[in-house]
Amino acid sequence: MTAKTIFDKLWEQHIVAGNEGEPQLLYIDLHVIHEVTSPQAFQGLRDAGRRVRRVDLTYGTLDHNVPTKDIFNIQDLISKKQIDTFTKNVKEFGVPAETHGGKGQGIVHMVAPESGRTQPGKTIVCGDSHTATNGAFGAIAFGIGTSEVEHVLATQTLWQVKPKRMKIEFIGHPQKGVYSKDFILALIAKYGVDAGVGYAVEYTGEAIDDLTMEERMTICNMSIEFGAKIGLMNPDEKTYDYVKGRDHAPKDFDKAVSNWKNLVSDPDAIYDKVLTLDVSQLKPMVTWGTNPGMGLEFGETFPEIKDNINYERAYNYMDLKPGQVASDIELGYVFIGSCTNARLGDLQEAAKFVKGKHVADGLTAIVVPGSRPVKTAAEAEGLDKIFIDAGFEWREPGCSACLGMNPDQIPEYVHCASTSNRNFEGRQGHNARTHLCSPAMAAAAAIAGKFVDVRHLVTDQF
Amino acid sequence: MEKFTVYKGTTVPLMNDNIDTDQIIPKQFLKSIDKKGFGKNLFYEWRYQKDYDENPDFILNYPEYQTASLLISGDNFGSGSSREHAAWALSDYGFRAIIAGSYSDIFYNNSLKNGLLPITQPRNILEQLAGLSSQEQISIDLPHQLIQTSVGEFHFDIDPIWKDKLINGLDDIGITLQYEKEIQQYEQQHQ
Repeated sequence: MTAKTIFDKLWEQHIVAGNEGEPQLLYIDLHVIHEVTSPQAFQGLRDAGRRVRRVDLTYGTLDHNVPTKDIFNIQDLISKKQIDTFTKNVKEFGVPAETHGGKGQGIVHMVAPESGRTQPGKTIVCGDSHTATNGAFGAIAFGIGTSEVEHVLATQTLWQVKPKRMKIEFIGHPQKGVYSKDFILALIAKYGVDAGVGYAVEYTGEAIDDLTMEERMTICNMSIEFGAKIGLMNPDEKTYDYVKGRDHAPKDFDKAVSNWKNLVSDPDAIYDKVLTLDVSQLKPMVTWGTNPGMGLEFGETFPEIKDNINYERAYNYMDLKPGQVASDIELGYVFIGSCTNARLGDLQEAAKFVKGKHVADGLTAIVVPGSRPVKTAAEAEGLDKIFIDAGFEWREPGCSACLGMNPDQIPEYVHCASTSNRNFEGRQGHNARTHLCSPAMAAAAAIAGKFVDVRHLVTDQF
Repeated sequence: MEKFTVYKGTTVPLMNDNIDTDQIIPKQFLKSIDKKGFGKNLFYEWRYQKDYDENPDFILNYPEYQTASLLISGDNFGSGSSREHAAWALSDYGFRAIIAGSYSDIFYNNSLKNGLLPITQPRNILEQLAGLSSQEQISIDLPHQLIQTSVGEFHFDIDPIWKDKLINGLDDIGITLQYEKEIQQYEQQHQ
C-alpha cells in the first residue's frame, strides 16, 4: 500500500464525488458559524426555500461583535442588528448555538475544541480564516466565504480542489521564554506570508510533540498568515486526552481512539515540499511592519527598505525606520486576547510576568479571555486578580481588539503589543500600529512599557 | 451569478503585494447583513480622507481611472480574513476581473463564486499590463483563456469546471443538489 500523509487519508475519506485534480465534493463533519459571515448565507437559503441539511453537524456562537466591557449593553446598533439577526436565524433554521453571553460562548475557534466537537479525523469549516486552528487535532479544517457557508448549510458538502502537501518540521527544543507563537512568527518571517498558498501544511517534529494542545492550536491558527488555509498535526495521546470527557466527545471513546490512531502520516509519505526550522536557538519574535511576515527576533535591527510600495509604505505607517530595534518602539497599548492566544495556558503564562508588578505609566493593557470557559477557569485560579491588581482590564470573552468590530479598538497612531494574528494596516483600529508577539512578551511589555526579552525574565523567576 | 464570457474594459494598476482583505473592505463594513452596497467602501482607508473626502493620491481616485473595471495587482492578493465582503465590494464597485501575481486560496474561491474572475500572471506580464494607458480597452476572453492587449496576447489558466460555471453563470448549490444520492450514500456509510 502506498504511504500516505494524514492529509491524504482524511481527504480521501471525505470525497463524495469528483476526480483527483478537479474540484471534488467533500463531506463536512462540522460546520461552525458566527454572526459576521452567516447572515447573507441564511438569507440565501430563505430566498431559495432551502433548509439546513444537518443541523446536528452545525454549531453557532457569537464572537466578533461582542462588547467585552459590558456584554449586554451593545451601544453599536448595527452590531446589535447583526447579533439579533444571528439569533433569529439559528432559531428559525434550528441550528444549535450559544446565546449571547451564554456559558459556552466565545471565539468560534475556541468553543469548537472546548465543546469536544473538534475531533481527529473530521472535516471542519467556518466562515473565518482562522478555522485552521482546529487542525491541531488532526482534522482538515479551513476557512470559507459566505457563499460556501450557504453551500455547506444547504448540502453539508463543499467543492474543493485538493491542495498540495507541505511538511514543516520544527526541530530542537526551545529556550525558556520562547513559545509556539514565536515558532510560527519565525516561520512566516523566514519564508513569507504567501509561502503556504496552495498547500495544506502539516506541522511535525519533536518541538511540536512537546507542545500542549493549546500551544499547537496557536501554530495551526496562523497557518493562514503563512498563506495556507489548512494547517494540521498528527493526533497523539495529548490530543485524545484533550477531547476526552468534553460534552460532545464521542460516546464510545475507546473505539474512537482506536480509529484515530490510524490517522497519522505514514513515515515514508511523500510531500510536495518540506521545510525545516530549528527552534533551539530561536529568540522571542516581534513584528515591526504591516504583515505578519515583517517580523524578527528580539534584538535584531529592522531591515533596509527593499521597495517603496511594500517596505517604505510599512515603515511610514508604523512610524519606524530601518536600523531601529523592537525595544525602541514606544508602546501605548497591550492586548492579550484573540483566537491565537487567549486560552487558559496563554493567560497563565502571561500572569507569571505580571504577578506583583504594575503596568507602566500611561499604558493601557487589556486581557480578553477567548471564551467564557477560559474566563471561568482563569478566575477559579485567581488570574483575574493578578491582572487587575497589576492595572490590566479584565474583560468579557470575544474577538475584541484583534479586529475591533466591537468597541475595542487601539487608538490612532498608538503602538500595541498584541497576541493576535494580524498587524495589517488599520486592523486593530484606524491608523493603529500593531506588533505581534507571544503572551509572555506582551505581558512583560505591559510592565516595562516597552518590549523586553522575556528569556531574561524567566531565568530569574521561574 | 453573472455570466462571464468575453469582457472588454480598462485597467487600473495597484501594484502592492499582499493586499489583504482588511484593506479591500475594513471591518466596520462587515456588520451589514446584505450582500450589496459594499462598493462605496472598497479600499476605504486608502480611498478616503475624512468622511468620504477622496484622497487625491490614491490611484482609484485619479480622473483617468474612473471607468476602470480590471484591477492589476501584485502577489498574494486578498490575503488575510476570509470575508467574502471583499469580493462583493470589488464587484459592487464595478470590477469584473483581477489580474495579479497570486491570490490567497479563500479569496480566489470567493471571487469565482461572485463572477469576479481572478487571473494569475507572472511579474513581467503584470508590469506590462500596469504600464497600459488608462484609455486602452483590453479584452478578457474566458472561453479562450486570453488577455488581449496592445502589448500582446497572454494566456491564463483556470480550472475547466470553474470556467464552465462562470461562462454559464451556474449556481453551485443547484449543481450540488444533483448529487443528493451520493451525499445520502456517503452519510449512510459514515454514520
